[in-house]
Amino acid sequence: MNDASPPLMKPPLPRILADRPEKMAARGVNIHYGDKHAIKDLSITIPDRAVSAFIGPSGCGKSTFLRALNRMNDTIPSCRMTGAITLDGRNINDPDVDPVQLRSHVGMVFQKPNPFPKSIFENVAYGPRIHGLCASKAELEQRVEESLKKAGLFGEVKDRLHQPGTGLSGGQQQRLCIARAIAVNPEVILMDEPCSALDPIATARIEELIDELRQNFCIVIVTHSMQQAARVSQLTAFFHLGTLVEFGDTDKIFTAPTDQRTQDYITGRYG
Amino acid sequence: MTEHTYKAYDEDLGALKTLLARMGGLAEEQLARATDALSRRDGKLADQVIADDEKIDALEREVEQKAILTIAKRQPMARDLREIIVAIRIASDLERIGDLAKNTAKRTHAVSEALPRKLMTGLARMGRLAQDQLKAVLDAYAAGDAARALEVWHADEDLDALYTSIFRELLTYMMEDPRLIGMCTHLLFGAKNMERIGDHTTNIAENIHYLVHGSVLAGERPKKDMTSTTRYEESP
Repeated sequence: MNDASPPLMKPPLPRILADRPEKMAARGVNIHYGDKHAIKDLSITIPDRAVSAFIGPSGCGKSTFLRALNRMNDTIPSCRMTGAITLDGRNINDPDVDPVQLRSHVGMVFQKPNPFPKSIFENVAYGPRIHGLCASKAELEQRVEESLKKAGLFGEVKDRLHQPGTGLSGGQQQRLCIARAIAVNPEVILMDEPCSALDPIATARIEELIDELRQNFCIVIVTHSMQQAARVSQLTAFFHLGTLVEFGDTDKIFTAPTDQRTQDYITGRYG
Repeated sequence: MTEHTYKAYDEDLGALKTLLARMGGLAEEQLARATDALSRRDGKLADQVIADDEKIDALEREVEQKAILTIAKRQPMARDLREIIVAIRIASDLERIGDLAKNTAKRTHAVSEALPRKLMTGLARMGRLAQDQLKAVLDAYAAGDAARALEVWHADEDLDALYTSIFRELLTYMMEDPRLIGMCTHLLFGAKNMERIGDHTTNIAENIHYLVHGSVLAGERPKKDMTSTTRYEESP
């Protein structure tokens, strides 16, 4: 399904990468959906303990690439990938990598909050339970509490842990999904437009949370909000027509981007 | 540059440029008339210059309001953001240039007819040079031409050098005839005003560079204003 030997030419690193270790990397990645060439020869280095934002117009391939980072595209039969994607230097598409295990290391939060139709507690306990991460009930309870705390939700739900997760507000549901994602101790959290269904206050809380989470995780966020990318990320990648046009320090991209296409997109000039 | 998807955004940025063009035109005119008024000792013209300074101030407030409103409405990024920030900065430099022109005009009333004409030529030259520089930098801004702005930036040396020589010249006159000290001091301040106008002009040039390239103009500008260290010394 994929080419195991990565081309090892590394693209030039943005400044911020100089003092942060590489967490994930892509080398010469191409992704096709049937005849459609969705990602074209993409190489990128994603640092640990930082937020990398992927921006670009609809259909530019940013979500496709995000989904390739934890092999979510495996579920799409017409999707083919070549090139190499690595997590801590290891090719995630190697035959001996179990995608379910991989996804416990590389978690994902989606655009629409999608809690399981279960209690708040069970939503968070589900992952640790199926991965056998907790030896006892007490340990599981502790992990659920910790995860909810890290997601900034515990205070609001501690008295109703056994009520349905779907009864929470949209912003709370999204934080529940983040708690669920971090309950299995991932190393990377992928977020696909995590705030696009939320109001400004709920969005601000998620952004605040992302800023806290980056102390411990590698975070990749796809967003259509330029301001959000500018606010929460340290690195920004601009995708256009399946190629990575520009990848660099967020501060630079939003004040003085190098590529005219980036400039046109972030200033609202794309037709 | 291509247009924004929101056409009204282009109009907002265009309106800022138009306001600045008007401000720039007024500042040039004020400077020209102030120099003229002082060198011909035309009190009436000087009063007009003093009265018209309010127009520049009003335009600066308009630029500021428009810029703040555009930032609030559009959340500008990249070059658009630089465009707006630079507009605010240039407006503030032009406002200061207006003030300095006004101050120069005010001195017309303090300088009497009796002043020897030759004393005035140096100041008139400085005024013309400052005008040329200002015009060049405003043209560079209108054209978004960073290379021309850089030329203006370097050319400020000439204005500084001229200021230093006028400083020395006036000092000499004052030593020769102490009765001229009062008037010469006013002329000295007039010359200093021109030198300051040159500095504001270089600020504008630096901002044009930032607008176009997104980076700050690096390096110290060569300076030829030696007056801060010039001392009066009795000739042997």
